[in-house]
Parts: sequence; C-alpha cells; structure tokens
Amino acid sequence: MPEETELTYPRVEVDFDLCKGCGLCIVTCPVKCLEISPELNKKSYHPARYKGTGCTGCGLCFYTCPEPGAITVFPKDYKPEE
Amino acid sequence: MGKLLQKPKSFYNEFFRSPSPDKLSTHYCPGCGHGVIHKYVAEAMDDFGIADNTIWISPVGCSVFGYYYFDCGHQQVPHGRAPAVATGVKRSHPEAIVISYQGDGDLAAIGGNNIIQAANRGENITVIFVNNSIYGMTGGQMAPTTLVGQTTTTSPYGRNPANEGYPMRMAELIAQLEAPVYVERVALNNAQNRNKTRKAIRKALKIQIDKKGFSLVEILSQCPSGWKVSPVDSLKWMEENQMPYFPLGVFKDVVEQRNPLETKPRIWDKDTIIKMLDLDRQVKEYAKPNPTKDIYEQPKIKVAGFGGQGILMLGVLLSEAAMLNGKQVTWIPSYGPEMRGGTANCQVVIRNNKVGNPSVDKPTILIAMNQPSLDRFEKDVIPGGLIVINETLVTSGVTRDDVDVLAHPFSDIADKQLGTVKVQNSLILGALIKHTNMLDQQAIFDALPAHIKKIDLIPLNKKAIELGFSLG
Ligand SMILES: Cc1ncc(C[n+]2csc(CCOP(=O)(O)OP(=O)(O)O)c2C)c(N)n1
Ligand code: SF4
Ligand code: SF4
Ligand code: SF4
Ligand SMILES: [Mg+2]
Repeated sequence: MPEETELTYPRVEVDFDLCKGCGLCIVTCPVKCLEISPELNKKSYHPARYKGTGCTGCGLCFYTCPEPGAITVFPKDYKPEE
Repeated sequence: MGKLLQKPKSFYNEFFRSPSPDKLSTHYCPGCGHGVIHKYVAEAMDDFGIADNTIWISPVGCSVFGYYYFDCGHQQVPHGRAPAVATGVKRSHPEAIVISYQGDGDLAAIGGNNIIQAANRGENITVIFVNNSIYGMTGGQMAPTTLVGQTTTTSPYGRNPANEGYPMRMAELIAQLEAPVYVERVALNNAQNRNKTRKAIRKALKIQIDKKGFSLVEILSQCPSGWKVSPVDSLKWMEENQMPYFPLGVFKDVVEQRNPLETKPRIWDKDTIIKMLDLDRQVKEYAKPNPTKDIYEQPKIKVAGFGGQGILMLGVLLSEAAMLNGKQVTWIPSYGPEMRGGTANCQVVIRNNKVGNPSVDKPTILIAMNQPSLDRFEKDVIPGGLIVINETLVTSGVTRDDVDVLAHPFSDIADKQLGTVKVQNSLILGALIKHTNMLDQQAIFDALPAHIKKIDLIPLNKKAIELGFSLG
C-alpha cells in the first residue's frame, strides 16, 4: 500500500493485527474500497486494508465486522486531535 | 461532526480476563455472528449509558466468555439456565438492566422450559437469542433449530423430520404467550438487516429501561465453522437455508399498550427483615431442662405416620420449642407425593451445639403414629431409646425389649376428650415432653403462636399439650 502523506476524511482504518481476515467488510463495502492484504498479520491472517481512497464513511463495514477493535471509520468532518 | 465508529466504550479496553496472550481480540472464529452482535449490544449500552448498571448473563455455548468483553456486571450460568438466573438477578436488583444472552442450543434445547417460563412470567429482562442453527461450541451438533436436511455431527445424513422433528421457531413460540412485550426475529445477512438488528436490540433494551417487561430478539447469526463454509459464504448460506424457514419480522409488539411494571421496593434493612421473619420475639429465660435420661439431652427424633396426622407439625413445634430453649435444631420433612393418606415422616435433631448430621437413621426417639411406621422404623431405634406409640392405630406392640415404650391410644383420646383427632400431635408432644423432660414445658406453649396460624386453635392445642402431660 502506498504511504499516504496526508490523511483524508472520511476514511476507514483496519487494525492490522486485530483483523481476522474474514472478508465480511470487503464484500459489504458499497464502493469496494477495502481489500485483502497480501501480508500475514501476527495471528497469521491476511487482514483487510483500506485501498487508500474512496471511503464514504458509510459505516457498513464497521457494523459487519465481528471484532470489537478491528475497524474504525472516521467521518467526513473528523478533526484529528493533536 | 459525524459519529466516529470505533470500539464501543462498553467493551473493556483490554480483555484482561482472557487467558490468551492477545488481550484485544475475541475468542470467536473469523466472521462469527457473536462478535457482530456483541458490538451492537455494546454500542447500545454506550448510547443508553447503562453499562455500569447492566448485568450480563453468559450462557454455555461459544458466548460463554461474555464476561471477558463487556465492562459491566456478570454472571455465568449453567447451560440453559440464563433466564432463571436473570430472573433472580432482576428481582433482587430491579433497577439493573439484565441481559440474558443465549445460543440456540442453550435456549431451545436444554433451556427450553426455562425461557418459556421466564417469558410467561413476563420478567423485565432482555433476551438476546443467537440462532446459528447449531451447537457451535461443542463442534457442530444438531440443535432444535438445525434445518431440515442440514448435516451436523449428530445428523450426519441431514436432519430428517421423521427422526428428529422439525426445527423450532422459538420467536413465534414465545410470541404466543401473553406476557412478552416485544418479540422480533432479525438476521445478520446484509447491511439492511444488520441495521434492523441494531435497532431491535436497542428497542429491547429500551423496553427494559422503561420497565415494560419481557422482550426477546432472535438473531439469525452465522457460524462459519459449524456450517463449514467461509465467512463470506456464510451469509449466503444463511439466506438460502435459515431465512426461508425462519421468517424475519416482529411477532409481537405491545409496548405501547403496556404500562410500566411496578417493582416492589427492596427491603434491605436489617430491622425489617428481622421483623418479617419474626426474629424479634422477646427471648425468655427458660429453665435448663433436666432430662429423665442422659440420651434425651441431645436426642434424634423420628416422627412417622400417615400424611395428615400432623406429623410434620409435631416436629416443627418440638424444634421451635427446642430453639426457644437454647438448642441447635434441624428439622427435615419427608413425605410422599400425596398430601394426605400417604406416609410422612420428619427427622428432628436437637443438639447443644451445632448439628453435624441432620438425618436420623438411628433415632433416640421414634414416634409411630401408625402400624407401618412402627414396622418400618422399630429396628432402627438405639438401645435404651424410646418408642412412642399411638395405640389407636398400632395394634402389634413393640417386639424389642431393649427400649422404653410410651403407648396410649392418642387418636382416640384426642377425639373423645378434646373433640377432634386433629390435636393428637399436640397431645403426643405433651406426653413426650413430660416423659423425657427434655425441654422446659413453657417453651412448648410458647412455640405454638409461631406455627399455628389460626389463632383460635392455640387454646385447644394448649389444652391438648396439658392433657398430654398427664399421659407422660
Ligand atoms: C449441562 C451441560 N450439558 C451439555 C453441555 C455441552 N455443551 C456445551 S455448549 C453446548 C451447545 C451450545 O450451543 P448453542 O447454545 O447453540 O451455542 P453456540 O455455541 O452455537 O453459540 C453444549 C451442548 C454443557 N456444557 N453443559
Ligand atoms: S465506511 Fe463504508 S465506504 Fe468506507 S470502507 Fe467502510 S463500508 Fe466502505
Ligand atoms: S470484517 Fe473485520 S475481521 Fe473481518 S476482514 Fe474486515 S476488518 Fe477484518
Ligand atoms: S463455532 Fe461458530 S458460533 Fe462458535 S465461535 Fe466459531 S463461528 Fe462462532
Ligand atoms: Mg448455536
């Protein structure tokens, strides 16, 4: 995944090691902006990851993910705290 | 600002109770519906601000470890018993939010009657019923909700209704009952239905918060491991197999018609409890008993006869009197399924200090109110012990010569001299006390009010005891 120099919102973040690679978020995302990562995480799953663009912040992936902390969806007007 | 969608606060930051080194992930298989549902409940707990006031009842099943995850109160319970425990928890903590979280094996198989009775009582609890049509935890056995044709380890040829019956539609079944307020079936198969699931969970919790009564949300939930499909395919499997048989929808919703349940305030203060239990009686000073034989100081007594002869009451009065007299006492009743006409007995153990063993296999004193009781228990009485016989019904007499016998036609005497056979037990009690002198006579009289609920019968029982003294 190319390094993003500036984070744009809305956006989705998948925690690399908390994701179990079930793929439910990927099939759920209406704009298909999630994909399976080729790397294995420390639980030896291929986790989901954000393609880097396109997320609308709809939240559907969040509500389909079984892991409490694997997905975070930042809304459009999100202001990152310093 | 739009809502930041992140791990709900009602989850622990770290799942510190989990034995796994990874304290941030659940123990569920990838794609498991339990995790999804947990997230929805946690989110609702956040939004209602109820986590600190919630008691989560974890069942047996894959979700047995609910207490690893939710930052609220917990009780883990035996298989199927979540609704019963939830009932107890809710009744003792009516202000708490009680969530009975159960799988389909738990709720529909071993706990089938538990859930029906709790629903029928209209307990003000929220039941989250996770229907994945299988016993997930134990490796994929058939559940009551397993579908026709579905192969599991215990239905290897597919569920056959001729053999295993049809899958049970629990939401419909529960909705038939009068008491439940809200029953809905939802599913996790697509985004729209997941949204309905979130709403249903919130609604069910709100009903409880508003004290409106029992609600149950049945959630069709994927078990990719048990169904032997990938997480992604499990959603399709749900649509093709579960959803045709388990229709989604609201089966009952009478929230608007129901008034909030009235919960009686809890009584916690010691004084009220002492009063309720009648423990605030004036403790009198009684004479230290001076038994006629040493063995009567700490006797084991068996009272036996027909049900209806006042046997249990005789034991109760004796026990009460002994307690008043400063003794430690146990009383164990034992009777057949029938209230009257069958056999009954009770066992009373009287000790100066704590009672070690409350059962009376070798009585010091046997009170045989009828022939079968004497036949059965005569041999058990300790040598030197006492057998009290109701000669009206016992005709054979005692065969042993190493025991004392106190025999009178007690039933006849009560009937003829006191006007009713019903006080034969008090008559015998009087005779026994006189004969053994094991307790202060006054304690016997003082024991009556606590147990004879019809006050106008107390004088007659007193008379019977006094007459009994003359027979001892
Ligand atoms: C009294 C008792 N009987 C049987 C079991 C074995 N057992 C453990 S989990 C389970 C079934 C659980 O199935 P379900 O309630 O559907 O939960 P799931 O794992 O599918 O979420 C059984 C039978 C047990 N633990 N205790
Ligand atoms: S928030 Fe919506 S658009 Fe963004 S990744 Fe998730 S599902 Fe896709
Ligand atoms: S749904 Fe969650 S666990 Fe599954 S792949 Fe997406 S982020 Fe990972
Ligand atoms: S066995 Fe099924 S219900 Fe249990 S954790 Fe795995 S997927 Fe979930
Ligand atoms: Mg199950």
